[in-house]
Amino acid sequence: MAENNSDKNIVYYPGCTLHTWAKSLSDTFIESFKKLDINLHELSDWSCCQAVFPLARDNIMGLVPAARILIQAREHGDILTTLCSFCFNVLRRTNNAIQTDGEIRAKLNAYLEEDYTGDVHVLHPLEILKVMVGFDKLKSKVTKPCGNIKIGPYYGCQLIRPPKEMKFDDPEDPKLLDMFLESIGCEVVNFPFKVECCGSYQIVQGEDMVADRAYAILSNARKNGAEAIALSCPLCFYNLDTRQNLITQKYTDFSPMPVFYFTELMGMALGIDEGLCGFDKHKVDPGILLESLQKSSDTQEHVTVKNDQNKLGVN
Amino acid sequence: MKKSRVGVFVCHCGHNIARAIDIKSVMEKIRKYPGVAHVEDYIYLCADPGQKIVADKIKDKNLDAIVIANCSPNLHEKTFRDLVESVNMNRFKCEIANIREQCSWPHDQEREKATLKSVKIIESVIEKVKQNQELEPIRVPLTKKALVIGGGIAGIQAALDIANGGFKVILLERRATIGGKMAQLSETFPTLDCPQCIMTPKMVAVAKHENITLMTYSALESLEGYVGNFTVKIREKAKYVDWDKCVGCGDCTEKCPAKVDSEFDAKLSKRKAIYRDFPQAVPNKFVIDAEHCIKLTKGKCGVCEKICPAKAIKYDDKDEIIEEKIGAVIVATGFDLFGLEKVGEYGYGKYKDVIDGLQFERILAASGPTGGKVERPSDGKTPKDVVFIQCVGSRDPEFGMPYCSSICCMYTAKQAMLFKHAVPEGQPYIFCMDIRSTGKGYEEFVQRAVEEDGVVYLRGRVSKIYQDDDKIMVWGADMASGKKVEIPADLVVLSTAIVPAEGIKDLASKLRITTDEYGFLKEAHLKLQPVETLTSGIFIAGTAQSPKDITDTVAQASAAASKIMALFSSKEYIRSPTIARVDEDVCKGCGICVNACTYSAIELDTIKKISKVNEALCEGCGACAAVCPSGAMQQKNYTKKQLLDMISVATEDYDKG
Repeated sequence: MAENNSDKNIVYYPGCTLHTWAKSLSDTFIESFKKLDINLHELSDWSCCQAVFPLARDNIMGLVPAARILIQAREHGDILTTLCSFCFNVLRRTNNAIQTDGEIRAKLNAYLEEDYTGDVHVLHPLEILKVMVGFDKLKSKVTKPCGNIKIGPYYGCQLIRPPKEMKFDDPEDPKLLDMFLESIGCEVVNFPFKVECCGSYQIVQGEDMVADRAYAILSNARKNGAEAIALSCPLCFYNLDTRQNLITQKYTDFSPMPVFYFTELMGMALGIDEGLCGFDKHKVDPGILLESLQKSSDTQEHVTVKNDQNKLGVN
Repeated sequence: MKKSRVGVFVCHCGHNIARAIDIKSVMEKIRKYPGVAHVEDYIYLCADPGQKIVADKIKDKNLDAIVIANCSPNLHEKTFRDLVESVNMNRFKCEIANIREQCSWPHDQEREKATLKSVKIIESVIEKVKQNQELEPIRVPLTKKALVIGGGIAGIQAALDIANGGFKVILLERRATIGGKMAQLSETFPTLDCPQCIMTPKMVAVAKHENITLMTYSALESLEGYVGNFTVKIREKAKYVDWDKCVGCGDCTEKCPAKVDSEFDAKLSKRKAIYRDFPQAVPNKFVIDAEHCIKLTKGKCGVCEKICPAKAIKYDDKDEIIEEKIGAVIVATGFDLFGLEKVGEYGYGKYKDVIDGLQFERILAASGPTGGKVERPSDGKTPKDVVFIQCVGSRDPEFGMPYCSSICCMYTAKQAMLFKHAVPEGQPYIFCMDIRSTGKGYEEFVQRAVEEDGVVYLRGRVSKIYQDDDKIMVWGADMASGKKVEIPADLVVLSTAIVPAEGIKDLASKLRITTDEYGFLKEAHLKLQPVETLTSGIFIAGTAQSPKDITDTVAQASAAASKIMALFSSKEYIRSPTIARVDEDVCKGCGICVNACTYSAIELDTIKKISKVNEALCEGCGACAAVCPSGAMQQKNYTKKQLLDMISVATEDYDKG
């Protein structure tokens, strides 16, 4: 059972890609949170969350892996956080189902020989930053604001949909990532395709389709003034950055656009070791943008003022 | 108690009853029933000879009560009660035993059982009529003056009808002018009449009618009393302009420095703090919007006072409460449009060139902010490709509005047509779920839009709208081709769900009437009493009841007016006396009946500690009698004893026959 002082302890579930493909997402997250005095307790014996929330209502077996993770988390604290949008989606929806559906709750508990009622809070790091840290406090901790980069916040789909279950943000015009980027000093570019699907795991069998989706999203961001985009999901990153070559092959008018995990930008702004960002693993070189980032930290005061003005403009 | 002499008359109803029921055996059994003095049958009792038999036998056999065993009381209870009254028997000494709808029809193939059942039905009604009291109808005095709430086309029509019928009317409107939503429209389907031509004459007629008292910028504060005898308090809001002096010249509004979004132009233009909605306003007077007036909020300015040639400005004006006695009310408070900012995927409010249907009406209207020139709000350019989206909010349980807004199919077709007339090189597209064009001349109108004006209908929903340079990109599905379509539009018009006007719930509770699950006013019966409410003397009309077009609104308004004229045409209001009555010796004043009464007809007498029934409000539903734990509350001629006796007679020895 949860210990008395466990409310301060945030349990971290990395999920399959965070130690491999998306190592920089995990590393920069942990380091940044350290800077914000938040300790993360990584689950030790974690398994795959099953990646997709089962769409058949009677597929209760499909909820077992996620339920097991939630029950494990309960041992160490009452807040569970995870970065990957798919993991977040599955864990939050499974927890909802356990809370609200008596049949699911009974069957899962009977199978796992547990008595879990859904009392762990599944929170996304962006939600933790908003509610537990506060964007104002985050802003005050920034040492190298990303002033000169025009960033398009890209949400994808798993983070926000289905809205009635996820309750993450407005499904058509979410603002949480925008607010986060503003607080670390980015110039935020609102673009209509910020909630369009990237093609997701269709990449396995439909590269052409994913190329079309990615082209539409990145072009739309660029058209609205973005120089790079920020996102939170390893699969979105894979489709938009790792496989950006698919776009350049198909669309000759397309020139590459850097893609960042939001935690990489947070890490840079909070002054963590740049090596953790793993920019060498990015397929699209973010170098030019990083140079401007460097410059901006020299003219920090000027940039901060500029950001305040931008904030008015965006909201 | 003296021994009853009940006469029972059994009707054959041609074959309707006689085929399923053995009338002879019924009569033999009934003849032996205690208190029965005479039994007779006839092939059609309701016909003249049948009625004569009944009347004659009442006299000849000296009967003191009769039971007619025939069809439903809905059909002929009144016929026979009128008949017995003509031979000096109290009408409540005549009861109907329904052996047709409740016996011979459903038991057509079971003659024996049907015969037994009809005997039981008749016997139980004999038991009831023996205990019936002789009652006199309740007569209530009438104030022959109506209150119409809402000055849109429904209220205007109702007020004119009642006034033309010779009765006094107060027409109440919360804005400064009457006219409502119809005054905002460009042209009306399917005739393309402009409202200025067909409605403003009615508005002027209202203002000039000697029987109509027009009270604009006013709202209902409270209503007390009952049908024929209501007392209402009306709040006349402070106008800050003396209307006896204001001549409507408009000098004040020209100089006023405070600008506010115009309600009349659906936020597409600005009005001043001192304003009238439109030049044809009735009455043609100005008011000051206190919330935005610089003088009234900050104490500075005062320009209008200086400039007004009539010296009509009155900054110290105050709300006034006016009390009136009235006999009946029509509620015609109209509709609002669903707040589209809730439909995130359509970007309303975010993109200037995504507008709602009412805004496009203003753009098309000759009286509108562009003088009828079709210009889009963002940059004033003439749009070429215009996309209309129907059922935005309507027919969508996700938004809690599974109902059809009823007018959108037609007004979208009309707007597309008018747009094409104004911009011949333009192309209108309409995304629809279905086309509902069921009114007179409506389907022909839609066909005309397609064939003559080249309106393109796409059956399917729109999933996303976003701005792309100066185009509004519309992503939708076209079910005919099964493909996704993308239209770069210059303007998008959303046909929005109709919702009840703001404040309707509050008003309904003041009037003691009910609203449905969407907030529309609830009628007494959807089919047979569509303009009545469950509260006597309060009627409803127009879109306050449900979404409907002008044709239906006007018809309903006239219907409500005719109900009031029927009420006012008699000297007194006559009500059925079969209402609740309290036995004061038994009542303990627990008050359970007060909560059970949906008509607010029961009050607790705090001094005597008993319940009191207001005879004018009680509708005789019996709910109070059913919940009364002591039996003190009884419904006249449906007393607990009567009902229990009826049940025991009906169930006694049933198996033995």
